[in-house]
Amino acid sequence: MAEKTIGVLALQGDFREHAASLKAIGQEPVFVRRPHELDKVDALIVPGGESTAMWKLATTAEMFEPVRKRIADGMPVFGTCAGMIMLADRIVDAAAGQQTFGGLPITVRRNAFGRQTESFEEPISFDGVGELTGVFIRAPWVESVEEGVEVLARVTSGPATGRIVAVRQGNLLATSFHPELTADHRVHAFFVDVVRAA
Amino acid sequence: MSANENTAQAPELGTARVKRGMAEMLKGGVIMDVVTPDQAKIAEDAGAVAVMALERVPADIRKDGGVARMSDPDMIDGIIEAVSIPVMAKARIGHFVEAQVLQALGVDYIDESEVLTPADETHHIDKWAFTVPFVCGATNLGEALRRIAEGAAMIRSKGEAGTGNVVEATRHMRQLRGDIKKLTTLDESELFLAAKNHQAPYELVKEIATTGKLPVVLFTAGGIATPADAAMMMQLGAEGVFVGSGIFKSGDPEKRAKAIVEATTHFDDADLIAKVSRNLGEAIVGINIATLPDEQRYASRGW
Repeated sequence: MAEKTIGVLALQGDFREHAASLKAIGQEPVFVRRPHELDKVDALIVPGGESTAMWKLATTAEMFEPVRKRIADGMPVFGTCAGMIMLADRIVDAAAGQQTFGGLPITVRRNAFGRQTESFEEPISFDGVGELTGVFIRAPWVESVEEGVEVLARVTSGPATGRIVAVRQGNLLATSFHPELTADHRVHAFFVDVVRAA
Repeated sequence: MSANENTAQAPELGTARVKRGMAEMLKGGVIMDVVTPDQAKIAEDAGAVAVMALERVPADIRKDGGVARMSDPDMIDGIIEAVSIPVMAKARIGHFVEAQVLQALGVDYIDESEVLTPADETHHIDKWAFTVPFVCGATNLGEALRRIAEGAAMIRSKGEAGTGNVVEATRHMRQLRGDIKKLTTLDESELFLAAKNHQAPYELVKEIATTGKLPVVLFTAGGIATPADAAMMMQLGAEGVFVGSGIFKSGDPEKRAKAIVEATTHFDDADLIAKVSRNLGEAIVGINIATLPDEQRYASRGW
């Protein structure tokens, strides 16, 4: 079977870093800005960025319905930070009227760890991957998950101890932190495995 | 490499990675100058990735003259409360106490800016000493690398703020791009002289000769007034755009803000730029830089 194509939503944010992570593990990613580009991919990464800007840009690029439909049809999607927000069914501390693609039955709190001066790095234990460095930048956390959502990682120290920062349900994977900002590509490899199995 | 090579040992705040990473999250986006909470909301609604909170936009600073300083903390607080996107604020070049105050207020990024009146004629702020990240202006590669050596986590072209004239930003983007390209053509033995000529640390010069790009995100700023201006800067290699006076000194700020956001994302799509450029109303009137006296040129502040 031909290798599946992974797209990176390239409206705004650190989409080039995701593309570089994929390239480092032998994948050839394509950037997706328009519905016809979405049609050509088997899976999608929603990068880090500003979730409000991504929402506005996805609306004007007429990407909302096509992405939602593909998610409903089982397309694998991996979202980091703003990407996690975009995959959440519900968000707390949203901007007025803010919409998401949805798909993951979770509630995500925006900017949950605080402002940029509270942004941090911390060792994270990620189920199925192992120990890695979580890079959290004005990051959200998962406030609650519905049944059937696997919790893959939690914060292990400080005032936010126990907060959920990585989840998976079926073909949808989301992290609060940014594996794409590190030279450790195991979370991307984990997602590639999800894509291959889909 | 070993997967655990970079594993952090404990929660660490303000690492170079979270400072530079914050700028990565802003890429492909537009950062807008705002002077009131209402303007900040308009910017957020238009899809701005961040706002720059200040008392006067550069066009008014030019008009009013006098010493331009950090904004009133009350005004910055008001803007922080009004929006959920990151809030940046400006400190004077070298004014490390203004920077300390801005960090204490919880701003997400500090712009050590030539738009304000410099507070130190020999030293920029030691930006490593802060948890909050800094963006600094540059007109060429040497200047950018000196700022990065001082701890800047993001660079922007200086342009000529408050003029509505993109010519200086164009010059700085081309200069930066050309300087970087040239470094990548040199062999190792030539990099020592290059470092001396750029008045920049050898290690940074060597890194750029290898990677062909700055180690931090590069935005453009200074005189951007139209969607086409923003798209041109992106095509010249900017990773995002600051718009100062260009939005709220125009006839229809809401519409222009949205149009510039769209044009920045789809910077290589001329059909789309044509579409969003229609009926935007009056642009900022603008100033012909050639008529600007030397002492009113902000780009020559800093070194």
